Order: sequence, then C-alpha cells, then structure tokens
Amino acid sequence: MAVPQSRSVWSRILDVASLAATPLAPSHYLELVSPLRATHTLNARVEAVHDEGDGTRTLTLRPGRGFRSHRAGQYVRVGAAINGRVVTRTFSISSSPDRRDGCIAITVKATPDGKLSRFLVHDVRPGAYLTIAQAQGSFVQPEGAPVRPLFVTAGSGITPVMSMIRTFVARGTMPDAVHVHYARTGETALFATELASVAAAHPRYRYVLVTTREGHGARARFDRAALDALVPDWQSREAWACGPQGMLDAVEACFAAAGRAQHLHLEAFHAKLAPRDAKATGGRVRFGLSRADVEANGQTSLLEVAEAAGIQAAHGCRMGICHSCDVTMVSGCVRDLRTGAEVNEPGIRVQICVHAAAGNVDLAL
Amino acid sequence: MTFPIVMNPETRDRFGAEIDAVQRDINASLGDRDRRYIKRMIAIQRGLAVAGRLTIYASLPLLPTGLPFLAVIGLGSFTLGIAKILENMEIGHNIIHGQWDWMNDPSINSSTWEWDNVCPADQWKHSHNVVHHTWTNVMGRDRDVGYEILRVNPTQPWHPAALGQPVYNALLALLFQWGVAVHDIDIGGMKSGKTTWEQERVKLRGVARKAAKQLTKDYVLWPLLAGPFFLYVIGANAFANMMRNVWSYMIIFCGHFPDGVHHFTEADVAEETRSGWQLRQTLGSCNIEGGALFHVLSGNLSHQIEHHLFPDMPSNRYPEAARRVRAICARYGVPYNSGSLTRQFGTTLRTIFRLALPGGGGERLARA
Ligand code: FES
Repeated sequence: MAVPQSRSVWSRILDVASLAATPLAPSHYLELVSPLRATHTLNARVEAVHDEGDGTRTLTLRPGRGFRSHRAGQYVRVGAAINGRVVTRTFSISSSPDRRDGCIAITVKATPDGKLSRFLVHDVRPGAYLTIAQAQGSFVQPEGAPVRPLFVTAGSGITPVMSMIRTFVARGTMPDAVHVHYARTGETALFATELASVAAAHPRYRYVLVTTREGHGARARFDRAALDALVPDWQSREAWACGPQGMLDAVEACFAAAGRAQHLHLEAFHAKLAPRDAKATGGRVRFGLSRADVEANGQTSLLEVAEAAGIQAAHGCRMGICHSCDVTMVSGCVRDLRTGAEVNEPGIRVQICVHAAAGNVDLAL
Repeated sequence: MTFPIVMNPETRDRFGAEIDAVQRDINASLGDRDRRYIKRMIAIQRGLAVAGRLTIYASLPLLPTGLPFLAVIGLGSFTLGIAKILENMEIGHNIIHGQWDWMNDPSINSSTWEWDNVCPADQWKHSHNVVHHTWTNVMGRDRDVGYEILRVNPTQPWHPAALGQPVYNALLALLFQWGVAVHDIDIGGMKSGKTTWEQERVKLRGVARKAAKQLTKDYVLWPLLAGPFFLYVIGANAFANMMRNVWSYMIIFCGHFPDGVHHFTEADVAEETRSGWQLRQTLGSCNIEGGALFHVLSGNLSHQIEHHLFPDMPSNRYPEAARRVRAICARYGVPYNSGSLTRQFGTTLRTIFRLALPGGGGERLARA
C-alpha cells in the first residue's frame, strides 16, 4: 500500500533531519519562524477576543498543527508567561469540534486570585501565543446511541455544555434536551442570547434560565424540589452538571438519593490552588511515587523529611546550588528556607534540599 | 593555603548576609525582561547556527576563486563557531545550572536541557554543578583543579609526567569538549574503591551515545549535503567545534587558575558554615573584565565570582550582582580577583608552564 510506505519514508527523512539538528529537533528551529508548526511543544495563537461582560471573555485560539481535535465537553490546558513565569490552568472548550476554521474557543472568567484568568481576560491581545496541550476529559456525550440529556450548569460552568449544544446544532443532531442554567442575573448569563435563539430554532431543546439574584425565590438554588418543578421527567434523563463545587455537591446528593448516581456526569472547575499561608509551618507530605505519607515541620527540608521516611532521594550539594534534588510538586505549598518565599504553583519543580512544607504537600517522589 | 584574610565568624556571617541580600533582591526582581533576554538569546543562537551552516555551503560554488572562497567558508565556520559558543556557554551551561528554572517553562529547564556538546548534560550536572560548585578549589575534592592532568598548584606533588604539561594543556584546549565529556569518569575513585568499573562504564556508554550523535551530525550528515565537496564541510565544522573548544577552555581556565586565586585544604572546610562557603567561593574564583559582548560570549563566566556565589541566578544579572559584590568585598577587605583576559590567561599559562618543573611554591607566594 502506498500510503503507509510513503509515511515510513517520510518518517525516516524526519529521523535524519532530527539527527542533523541534534541535540534539538528541527521543530525547535521551525518554531522561531512559525510557532504553530512546532511539534516539540504545542502553541496556539490568539485570533480574537470577545468580551462577554461581567469580567468574562471568550478567546478564539488557533491551535498548532499537532493539536488533535477535541470532543465536545473536554478541557484544554493553557499556559502563558506572566511576569516571566509560566502559569498553566485548564479551561473547558466552549466551541464545537466541527468549527470550520479549525479554531477552538475558551471562555474565561477573571477570578480575584486567578493569575492566568486575569491575564487572559485583561491583558492578552490577538496575535499573542499561548502554550496548550491536547484536549482531555471524560465529560462528553456518549458515542453511538443518543440519549435524552439534562444539563445543569452554573456561571462559567456552562462552557463545556456550550460546546455540546453547538455540536448538536452544527451536526443537526439535537436530542430531546433540557438545560437548566443558573446565573446571578439575566444580563450576566453567559451565552443567553445564543441559547435563546437555539431554543427558538430547535423545539427539542428547552433552555431554563434561573437567576439567583432576581427573585426566583425557592427555586433560585438547586435542590430536589426545584428540579422536580423545572424538569418533571429528570429521572428518565442522563445528566451532565458543571459549576461551582457547592452546586455539584447538591446535584450529586440529589441523584444519589434517587438512586441515579450512575446517570450523572460531573465536571468541577479545575486546579484548586493550595492556600498560601504566611503562618503555615509544616504539614502532611505525600511522596506519591514512594507511597509514603508523613508529617513534616516547617524547618526541616523536604529532602531530610524524605530521607527520614526511608526514601532515597537524588541529591548533590544539599545547599540549594546544584538542582540535583529537584522534584515536581503535584500540589500543595512549600517555603524556600533561604528566602521565606512560599510557592504553591502546581507542577513546579522544587529544590527539596532548601524547601520545607508550608501546609500539605504532594510530591512526585 | 590558609585564608588570605582573617575574619572572625561574626564578621564573616555579616559578609555572608550581605551577599545573600544581593541574591534575594535580584531574584525578587526577575520577570518578563529576563524571560525576553533568554528567549532572544536562544533565537539569535539558532539563527546564527543556521546562517553559519548555510554560509558554508554558499562558499562551495566559489571554490575555484581561491581567496573569496576562503573568506566565505571562513565566515561560515566562524559564525557556526560563535553559535556553538553561545549555545554551550550563555545558553546551555546556564540553563543546566537551573538559572532559568524559575520561569517554570518546560522547554527551558535544567531537568530536560541537552546541549550541543559531546558531554551528556546529566553527567555534567554531577561533575560540575555538584562536585565542582560544592568543593570549589578544595585540593583533593574539586576535580576541576587541573582537571586531574595538570599541576596548577605547587602543593600538588610533582611527577616527571608533569614535564609534558605544556603539551597536555594545548591538547586539552583543542579537545576541551572531550575532556569535559570524560571528566565525570572517576578514575581515582575506581582505584580507591569509591566507585566501580561497572558504574563508570555506564557513564562511558552515555558519553559514547551522545558523541555518536554529535559526530554524525557535524562530520557525516551535514558534509553529505555537500556531495563531492564534503571534505570542506568537515573542515569547516571541525574549525567551528575547535574554536568553541579553545574559547571555552580559555574562559574556564581563567575562572580558577590565575595568579592570586586561593586553594583550600579539606581541613579548611571541615566545619564550613554557609558564610564560610561564600568566602571560599569568592577567594577561589576570578573574574575577567571586558565589554558587554565579551561577557555574553563568555557565558557571563567572566563573572566567575558571582557565578560561584549564585550558581542559579540568571546570567544576564551577573553584571549587576558583580557591582554590588565587588563593593561588599571592598568594605570587608576581601580580595576580589578581577583582571583583563590577558592578565588572567597570561598568569594561568605561566603557572602551567612553571609547574611543569618541580617546586614553584616560593616564587608563586612571592608574586601573590
Ligand atoms: S541537592 Fe543541590 S540543590 Fe538540592
């Protein structure tokens, strides 16, 4: 067969080209002239920004060549350098994978302590490049047999569901669906206009907007009674819920009580940051790869903590100069014993010989 | 081999605290400007590498013209040489030190960076970042003192083999990357039983694997592109590699071997505190003076003292750190060894030649 053969010739050519660029890859050079063609890393260009009001903005991104399309409902990891430091967070994709131009959209709400969300909403301009990763997540519609979905969303938790609804519209496969969305006011409800017109054009899609600040009274918060009233047949539907943790807990409890837990799909907002507490000293340290979980104080370096727990941790100078001891911090907060500065960025590499726990820490060691 | 200044522990701790403050201030001010610096440096370096290689091919049609051909191929290999120098020094050496890890950028990180050099980055991290930077100038511990083949300090016992020093030195300069590549192989340690042949063989295999790729690139693949003229490309690439070798050898030898630098015994560092370590780094390192371009080409190792005090501080900040460190040293009366390239390299060469012969201690002391 011609196709696989030509590919193997091509991949052999690529191998040789890589050797000519060793220790880098040709992609490192290509990236300088055409960031979207890089293969050693995945970039995306901001094509357009659209303010949705209420500190929320939709960014249209053109992903680099290597990006595989997403499934409606999935999220993508986005990174940008802020004050020189790369910060990455995950955002649900709000656009349909069927978009003709190959772009994806994320809709971001600036949160007060959200470094990246504030940057994306206030500072980023069209033409800027961000790093992304492949889309991930299992908050998706089942392939194959259509279901009768119930969507329960709140605030910017509507984004993954938006991608699903846009996909139904684009493919002409709108199922019998009910969508209950909670927003503070009618004006701040994300995508309200678009969804109203979708509802007008697709009688099978019912859009229920509940405003929590405008006197919906007893039905303003999610609970069993409100759900019974709004969607009487909810027990015969497959449900997808996305929003703040409080709402998700309520939805989960309601479905569990009705014995329908297996018909509920949940998506929480991602990346809860560990609190950065100037007074916190010590905490529980989890060494995930070594299956150890120990208590540590705020003065003992994590290297010593690991060694006391019987873990052989790689190290060199033990004084913060050689970086042999760097370990990825999965989550948590540590303090630099030299400067007293706290670090709580998930995924950052920590020199464990000069950092101590400042709260609970989860290390990839 | 005692400390050239007498400092009581309290004064020394105050000295150390002032040095720490320099690091704290600069680290706290790192930001976008610094990120732009390293990103631009990387882009310039990659651009120069491509330009150099293309210029080498562009010279081939000029072959019959003689002199113009030589000029163009010379320009090409010189450009490639500069690219390799930037790649190894201002970019590679410094990234591998973790100077840019604060950016949390997976593509510019000490844990994953590999450089254009036959020495694998992980072995370099051990021999250089760990051994040399921790044990700087401690006789018997710092294997960078004379690289175990040169006698650079009169307290090292003389052996007839030292007579060949001027020759070894020249060879080391030309083949510096190979010297660096096998430097982590601990022959002394094998004799004393600290390590075994099995352990060292793993490292050698790593060097061989890396070297095979490097050699294939510069001496097979790129030359093949020139078809029948491959020999010229081999020559040009060899020139670029050698140029990088000699330059990095020179800069690195100026870091710890010029006159006035201090060496220490294991006893000196037995109970060393952090400020003692800082003082030793200052006394054991030498700076080279020059313009901005010179500093960049030296990978800012011309600020060797600051590099040893702050090994993971981004190199573009060393000039600023140097002004403050120099002022602190002046106030505490700590010798700050800084001189022109001619002075630093000249005295280094003189030492290597003089110590090829027995003795050398008295004269050296008289000079110091
Ligand atoms: S062991 Fe050297 S930096 Fe931690």
